[in-house]
Amino acid sequence: MKAGLPAVTAGREVNLALKDIRHNLGRFLLTCLGLSLLLGIVLAMVGIYRGLIEESLGLVRAAGGQVWVVEGGTRGPFAEASRLPGDTRIAIAAQWGVAAAGGVSYQNVEAQLRGQTKRLLVVGAQIARPGEARLVDEGRPIIRSRYEAVVDRGAGLVLGEQIKLGRDTFTVVGLTSNLVASGGDPVIFITLRDAQKLQFDLTPAASRRESVRSSGTAGTTDTVNAILVRLMPGVDAKRFAQDITRWKHLAALTQEDQETVLARSVIDRARRQIGLFTTLLLTVSTVIIGLIIYTMTIDKKKAIATLKLIGAPDRRIVGLIVEQALAMGIISFVAGVALINAGQGYFPRRVLLELTDAAMLFAVVLVACLVASALGVRTALRIDPASALAG
Amino acid sequence: MAEPPVVEVRRISKHFGEGPARVDALREVSLDVFPGTVIGLRGPSGSGKSTLLNVVGCILEPNSGTMRLNGELVYDGKWLRADLRGLRLEKIGFIFQSHNLLPFLNAWENIAVARILAGAGAAQAKGRALELLTYLGIERRQDAMPGELSGGEAQRVAIARALANDPRIILADEPTAALDSPRAAAVMDLLRKVATERRTAVIVVTHDEKIFDRFDHIYSLRDGALEPTRASAA
Ligand SMILES: Nc1ncnc2c1ncn2[C@@H]1O[C@H](COP(=O)(O)OP(=O)(O)O)[C@@H](O)[C@H]1O
Ligand SMILES: [Mg+2]
Repeated sequence: MKAGLPAVTAGREVNLALKDIRHNLGRFLLTCLGLSLLLGIVLAMVGIYRGLIEESLGLVRAAGGQVWVVEGGTRGPFAEASRLPGDTRIAIAAQWGVAAAGGVSYQNVEAQLRGQTKRLLVVGAQIARPGEARLVDEGRPIIRSRYEAVVDRGAGLVLGEQIKLGRDTFTVVGLTSNLVASGGDPVIFITLRDAQKLQFDLTPAASRRESVRSSGTAGTTDTVNAILVRLMPGVDAKRFAQDITRWKHLAALTQEDQETVLARSVIDRARRQIGLFTTLLLTVSTVIIGLIIYTMTIDKKKAIATLKLIGAPDRRIVGLIVEQALAMGIISFVAGVALINAGQGYFPRRVLLELTDAAMLFAVVLVACLVASALGVRTALRIDPASALAG
Repeated sequence: MAEPPVVEVRRISKHFGEGPARVDALREVSLDVFPGTVIGLRGPSGSGKSTLLNVVGCILEPNSGTMRLNGELVYDGKWLRADLRGLRLEKIGFIFQSHNLLPFLNAWENIAVARILAGAGAAQAKGRALELLTYLGIERRQDAMPGELSGGEAQRVAIARALANDPRIILADEPTAALDSPRAAAVMDLLRKVATERRTAVIVVTHDEKIFDRFDHIYSLRDGALEPTRASAA
């Protein structure tokens, strides 16, 4: 007789919310599955947004400068056209506090890569000066002044491969990763001199003559889009940038300013769209949680009346419902995170899941659960304990 | 009877509705129930039996009169105690016509929950639940869900739940209505045993003639008023 007794699990907590969930497990888990998909989409959108920022900032960060000197009255090449004479670099380099200064140029080109037309962002930078490709993770940086290139892996090239840009052919000597333009185009580094020649080659002959005439500097192609400055230790970048901006024809942004400018211009619209969708999805999630919790409460009417009759205080009843809503939110959130982690490789763009974003969404989900349980709580509190006696 | 009554109802009246729709469910009802006794409440349908039970159970507020439970004046024209649920939890056990077990808890959990609500720890509550199941002779059904229990078993679990906090009063509204004669008799035996051994006052609403001989007193209600009482055969 005794042997047939199921094992006694002494001390096991009797949690009403979880017991009831277990009683209706199928419906509960199905709802959680649906919710986890919604929350997964929210996470993916936020992750793609972060990925966008990260991608577009990657280039600016990889440059390794502290101050960007640009054309006066502009916010730099990532916001608008910025052109300044190449010899400005010498004047900047001579400033007190400057450790190194390098001219950089940016241009979008279309190139034939293995028979396919691809858009590339060509970065012209000076050897061993700020702006060059520092973080080469395969091969080496550019060391010859002509016809060498460091290319991002995104272009699909391998070391030693040849690539034709304009009239010249370049050899890939190094590869970087995750360096793309804000549109997603891979980046290719060549020397500033090669880049200036490429610019010249690609400009139609007529406008070439025009620009020579108007600028008065006959034959000069020595222009850059920005000069990147690395400061000596202890020199205040903000102060330095302010001093440079006082110069005629020049403006300067700190690295921080530059990142802000970029984030604003590239990302503002994406932020608004993603914000809208996120709000919509979270609202839908809240409504779903609310409806399911409400139905679960209605199904428990008699049980709740009985609990009240026995003498359960209202906070127990409220706790029962709120705990169920929270359980639903937490399970769905965890499943959503797992889903996104599992599917991360399948997204067309980089999905960057940041802990702070996940924590924020988690907090929002918890608040949504509380809001969603309001209807159920209201219903439960109105149940008359005497109704437990009827029938 | 040297002991004071556990339930003292004095001139309690309760009506529903007003004007032409007014129903006088209780008219100046007075009633004493002593520790260790089992009393019956009978009367035709609509005579006010459930209403009286709900008033004694502090679920329904009467309109006038006074009521003492366990010596404490709880109603005197109005409730004198804010925490009626706490009072119910500690002093009153309820048994229903349909057992009203929580469908998502198994047998021992249904009993333990009453204990836990009263502030006991999980282990202590479980111990008490198993003890009561043994007391009522259904310990082997401790892990069964309510849906798996027979009517008689479910009613015994419900009685165990009513006993969980050692109440001074047990209120049972037609506890045998859903049971056949032998099981109804068994449930009545249990209530008698509880009353005798634990000095509990038990009030049972019933119109089941088969069990009339099992009460210390039977009170008859008609149109909300008590008719002269008669002692039972016992
Ligand atoms: N909540 C209520 N609202 C209105 N009338 C009620 C209510 N509860 C009971 N009554 C009326 O009070 C009278 C007594 O009801 P009740 O105590 O349930 O009778 P019994 O349990 O003896 O069948 C009946 O006429 C019933 O219709
Ligand atoms: Mg009734």
